[in-house]
Amino acid sequence: MVDVPLGSAGVVTAPDVEDVELYHPHSWVTKYVFSQDAKVIAIQYAFVALSVGLIALVLSWLMRLQLGFPGVFSFIDANAYYQFVTMHGMMMVVYVLTALFLGGFGNYLIPLMVGARDMVFPYVNMLSFWIYFLAVFILVASFFAPGGPTGAGWTLYPPQAITSGTPGGQEWGIILMLVSLMVFIIGFTMGGLNYVVTVLQARARGMTLMRMPLTVWGIFTASFMALLAFPALFVGAVMMLFDRMLGTSFFMPAMVEMGQPLDRNGGSPLLFQHLFWFFGHPEVYIVALPAFGIVSDLISTHARRNIFGYRMMVWALLAIGALSFVVWAHHMYVSGMNPYFGFFFATTTLIIAIPTAIKVYNWILTLWRGDIHLTVPMLFALAFIVTFVNGGLTGLFLGNVVVDVPLSDTMFVVAHFHMVMGVAPILVIFGAIYHWYPKVTGRMLNDGLGKLHFWVTFLGAYAIFFPMHYLGLMGIPRRYHDIGDMAFVPPSAHTLNAFITIVALIVGATQLAFVFNLFWSLRHGREAGGNPWRATTLEWQTPETPPPHGNWGRDVPVVYRWAYDYSVPGADQDFLPQNQPGPTRATTGAGHG
Amino acid sequence: MGSILLFLSILAIIATLWLSRQGIASKPWLEQEAAVVLSDLPVQPADPTTIGLRIFLAVVGSFFALFISAYAMRMQLPDWRALPLPPILWLNTIMLVLSSIALQGAKVAVGHGERVELKASLIAAGISALAFLSGQLVAWQQLSDEGYRLAASPANDFFYVLTGAHGLHLLGGLVALTRTTEMAWRVPVPERLRLSVELCATYWHFLLLLWLLLLSIWLGWAGRFIDICRQLLT
Repeated sequence: MVDVPLGSAGVVTAPDVEDVELYHPHSWVTKYVFSQDAKVIAIQYAFVALSVGLIALVLSWLMRLQLGFPGVFSFIDANAYYQFVTMHGMMMVVYVLTALFLGGFGNYLIPLMVGARDMVFPYVNMLSFWIYFLAVFILVASFFAPGGPTGAGWTLYPPQAITSGTPGGQEWGIILMLVSLMVFIIGFTMGGLNYVVTVLQARARGMTLMRMPLTVWGIFTASFMALLAFPALFVGAVMMLFDRMLGTSFFMPAMVEMGQPLDRNGGSPLLFQHLFWFFGHPEVYIVALPAFGIVSDLISTHARRNIFGYRMMVWALLAIGALSFVVWAHHMYVSGMNPYFGFFFATTTLIIAIPTAIKVYNWILTLWRGDIHLTVPMLFALAFIVTFVNGGLTGLFLGNVVVDVPLSDTMFVVAHFHMVMGVAPILVIFGAIYHWYPKVTGRMLNDGLGKLHFWVTFLGAYAIFFPMHYLGLMGIPRRYHDIGDMAFVPPSAHTLNAFITIVALIVGATQLAFVFNLFWSLRHGREAGGNPWRATTLEWQTPETPPPHGNWGRDVPVVYRWAYDYSVPGADQDFLPQNQPGPTRATTGAGHG
Repeated sequence: MGSILLFLSILAIIATLWLSRQGIASKPWLEQEAAVVLSDLPVQPADPTTIGLRIFLAVVGSFFALFISAYAMRMQLPDWRALPLPPILWLNTIMLVLSSIALQGAKVAVGHGERVELKASLIAAGISALAFLSGQLVAWQQLSDEGYRLAASPANDFFYVLTGAHGLHLLGGLVALTRTTEMAWRVPVPERLRLSVELCATYWHFLLLLWLLLLSIWLGWAGRFIDICRQLLT
């Protein structure tokens, strides 16, 4: 918005703002099951996504048991191992992180933070969740299908994904996986349209784009990216499904399978890699951008300081979003591509470091001389910054062709992407849950349990993934069921693997403390009041907590300021909510309740 | 991947132009002293469905641009054998053009409040769209009779999948069109009806454009364009 001069025009009170027609539930089923209220849908999304997260956590335990103690657990044969790896990866990336950030936090926070009563298409929003649920159902069903789930690796590269050597390749596994992904994308598109259009069209009066909290900016940009990137996965899935079911040759080259020539002629496996990573790389930022946004708000609130360089933060989000579409082939340096291609993609990859570094500097400068409260959400936010920087730095290694080629397909890559898009976003999700739980339930989460959860998770994640870099540098490959006794593998590597496994078990088990906390605090948590963190953004200014259907009672809020007025000199309190008229306004006697 | 990058570049330009008019360079932290008066605050534009449809079209556009990218990449391989286009596609194209024109007529009619013309145009649009879809099925039949079946060669695979995807999108549009046509009989509120007709018209024009693009690619007219896209990347 351009600078607005002090006008002499009359003040419009809130009821003059056009209101929207709201859907009203009539029964328990329409209120809590097939609900069209974005807040209920958000909780449904979060609950399902966290449940899938627990399944994926157990899968990671199983795979770690095999890696740490090879041969001890006889039920984890090579096939089972690949199935665990594949399902863990796909579940975490798509069905947990994407669904939780966009479906969970997006649904809860967008309408509340922009001052809307609900999403603009509530019915479509409800469909979005149930279609997501169906996608999860299909995915989990593949565990019980003949042959079990697919073991093609989360990247599902053809031709191995649909040939008989791979678990689920010639059985139901891969079909269910592809169908589930397609269903997920259809559901997400419905949700994504809602998130984007709500931000564009349903903001409260005065909520200009540049007054939106960065959380909304992050979720908005990520939703838009997801809308444009997920079709790539959809196209890939359709083509692979045709290859698998109807015998087409989109991706299937002429090949010999188990000694038998296949009736295929000249598909291009590389084509799938391009499509997959055209989705896959933006996906990293689809998960990261909401995390960036949320962390900005957590840091600003809990350090009682306005965000440093708000404008730059917004621009950096947009720049990262745009750039992330032109770096996909850095996942394919070893696919035999033209070296000039590699040069181009290495350059674009390194350019992304610039807006990302701007964000990191701005977070640190926000903290600088702030009144830092080491609350649980703040601890998670700080841990995110450290972890994201660590993961990002190894990204600079892997973004360069010459360094990537020897490190490709080693545990170094596993360590890198777990730090940058596994641990880092999960830390933000935890921080965000501790931060917004009081708004959702009206009660605080238990602080002691929260701190225990934080320290074990944070230190544990480092104990798990730091040594993996070292294993990778030694040349230990990823995706191996059993590395055996190769000459280049010292005994210390086996000890390290066992250590990692034990820590992973401990960290995983500690998540139960978090789950317990979520349920226990529902009844026994300390009463939170409407705004326990003394935050400025609109969701904390609702007349009731938890906010009822329609969010705002009689009047929708009117926004007078940006989202970061903390410690404003001369103000009565150390924060000014977004819907509080400015000091000048206050002296004219006009106000908004 | 030239087509999708070109498509995304166009979207990026539109987004940048739009953002540049949203005060993206403003300094919100300086505004609190200005104590904005409510009447100076911009009122949000009204209708979310129009924006919703435009964004949905961007998603559909991205979907087809990716398919076309894949097609262009696959075409480069030496074993590519293009399939002959059945002449009925020309008739189908005329049907789709007519359908689009009829919906444009419906849009004008609803603007002028002419109920009879509106109903006639909506029905004409529906029938010609159905004719297009039937014609597409006939084209599939003719091709497979001549031996150009699915799974026989990659060019065939792409042809069937792309025409199928386009047809499914039109079929989805027909559901909306049927509901709109029904509204033309029932609903007395002109505003809702006008919006509905406009959305249908926009969607139809988009699908027509998409069809013409696909046709030009199969005819080889877009070959030079694809070459340019490819050179941009290599």
